[in-house]
Amino acid sequence: MTATELDVPAAPAPPRARRRSRGVDAVPWWLRLVVAAGALYFVLPTLFVIPMSFSSSTTFSFPPEGFSLQLYRNFFTDPVWLTSLRNSFVVALVAATLATLVGTAAAVGLHHLTGRLARLARTVLMISIVTPGIVIAVVVYISFLKWHLVGSFAGYVLAHAALGMPFVLVSVTSALSGFDSKLLRASASLGATPLRTFTRVTMPLISRGIVTGAVFAFVTSFDEVVIALFLRSPTFQTLPVQMFNSVTFEVDPTIAATSSLVVSAVTVVCLVPLLLGSRRKNR
Amino acid sequence: MATLDTASTTSPPTRHPARTDGATRRTPKPHWLLLVPALALLGVVLLLPLAQSFLRSVGAPDLTDENYRTLFTDGVTMRVLLRTVRTALLVTVIAFAFGYPYAYVMTRVGPRMRAVLLVIVLVPFWTSVMARNFAWILILQRGGPVNEFSKLFGLDVVLYGNVSGVAIAMSQVLLPFMVLPLFSALGGIDRRLLLAARGLGSSPVVAFWKIYWPLSRAGVTAGLILVFTLSLGFYVTPALLGTPQESLIAQLLAQRTTQLLDFEGAGALGMVVLVITLVLVAWANRIGGTVSAIGVVATSGTKEAR
Repeated sequence: MTATELDVPAAPAPPRARRRSRGVDAVPWWLRLVVAAGALYFVLPTLFVIPMSFSSSTTFSFPPEGFSLQLYRNFFTDPVWLTSLRNSFVVALVAATLATLVGTAAAVGLHHLTGRLARLARTVLMISIVTPGIVIAVVVYISFLKWHLVGSFAGYVLAHAALGMPFVLVSVTSALSGFDSKLLRASASLGATPLRTFTRVTMPLISRGIVTGAVFAFVTSFDEVVIALFLRSPTFQTLPVQMFNSVTFEVDPTIAATSSLVVSAVTVVCLVPLLLGSRRKNR
Repeated sequence: MATLDTASTTSPPTRHPARTDGATRRTPKPHWLLLVPALALLGVVLLLPLAQSFLRSVGAPDLTDENYRTLFTDGVTMRVLLRTVRTALLVTVIAFAFGYPYAYVMTRVGPRMRAVLLVIVLVPFWTSVMARNFAWILILQRGGPVNEFSKLFGLDVVLYGNVSGVAIAMSQVLLPFMVLPLFSALGGIDRRLLLAARGLGSSPVVAFWKIYWPLSRAGVTAGLILVFTLSLGFYVTPALLGTPQESLIAQLLAQRTTQLLDFEGAGALGMVVLVITLVLVAWANRIGGTVSAIGVVATSGTKEAR
């Protein structure tokens, strides 16, 4: 592990002559450039949909032509888009509620369990995160066909709740890790029932983890498209599926307005836990 | 799903015995009951369907490996699988090229800037899948910015409808999985080692190559495997930005399921993809402990922002 004395002529060696005030160990400018390029690569593409959403063109042509609110008008007047939006919202709400209930219960349960079996249970509960979405979609589709859940509200909710549950598990688990279990005993010794202890002591202390998990479960469901594509039916589809249709079959630029609405909405929703977090921290 | 209401009504902590540990292994605790709703939900949505598809693919009750052998002999599956692996490698290379310097700089800036960089890397992860892919269509299509820019140099580059464009769009959203394991690996490297190397007369390049790089290798491997693995299963991006002629494994899987209704063949292929994925993820996990990183990716924004 010693540094070799090899005298390889190094390309980016800083000139020895003049000592600048920069530390011997500063981040070189070309690295800053790479990071700046990376940052643009992450952020820029999404911003493209915003100018597009004000275009008056009827195709996906870029750059946008003119300036009109036509696409937004399309979105807010077309029953197909509005129904999809409503479906997405209701499914996400119910799925997130379900995911939060079962995920929180599982996190609390696992918090008190140790040993190999508990570790296995945790792994199993997390497995849907690493399973490719397309594999879930295919097996769910094949089984749900048999159970008559394809195209049904219940089918969507079950599938999306299962997808969101691991996020609840992770965020509640991390909230519980800072939780002192002596409080439970204190509460019990003062005569509280376990349920009362949970609602009065545990819940308030891990509420931020629960809210974070619930938000992520909601967004996961609201944005989920692969399983939704398989579960869709002529009578029931979600917003991402309609967006998919608008790109593949219809070439309907309304998707630009939808995209910028969804991006703005999700940004706001994602900022909520951030703001909650920072407000707590800045005591 | 009658079990669902139990989630809200079962009470977590039982009346606690004075000892909270030690007794766990002998007597089963009622805490296991709290896992029942979650396991039931997962059972209905994932475990049971997986089992059913698997049994179907092996032709239960009389076992056969025909559906699996067909995958190797039909001439299509293997070609598509190879193309998928090639694409995943391309995605991994792009993600590494951006991710390594990015993670390195994250370890070198102050906490506020670090939070900003983290949020930036998570932006694609947070933006709607469909909105993101639609944006990439706009950017990569003929007449789009990339195409117009290439014309300045007398070229006519269109990345829409081919594997390169698909890879670029995939890398963008998979970068968190490269950056986060790398960030935690690089953050643990003692920079004084580099200064020592410099003090002993090595050039920055040699110091990096002989000291920093070997120490970061675990995080690199974990990130590489994770990004590679996750890109194997992408469906929406190749379906929207690619072409049916150059379809990837996920498109083949979808086509066999919904169009050809070949549930046995689709089940077999799905199992193969799943096993490859889980093996690789377990491997990455062993090296860099990153499966939890996926969950952390999602929730980290809330914990890191100070």
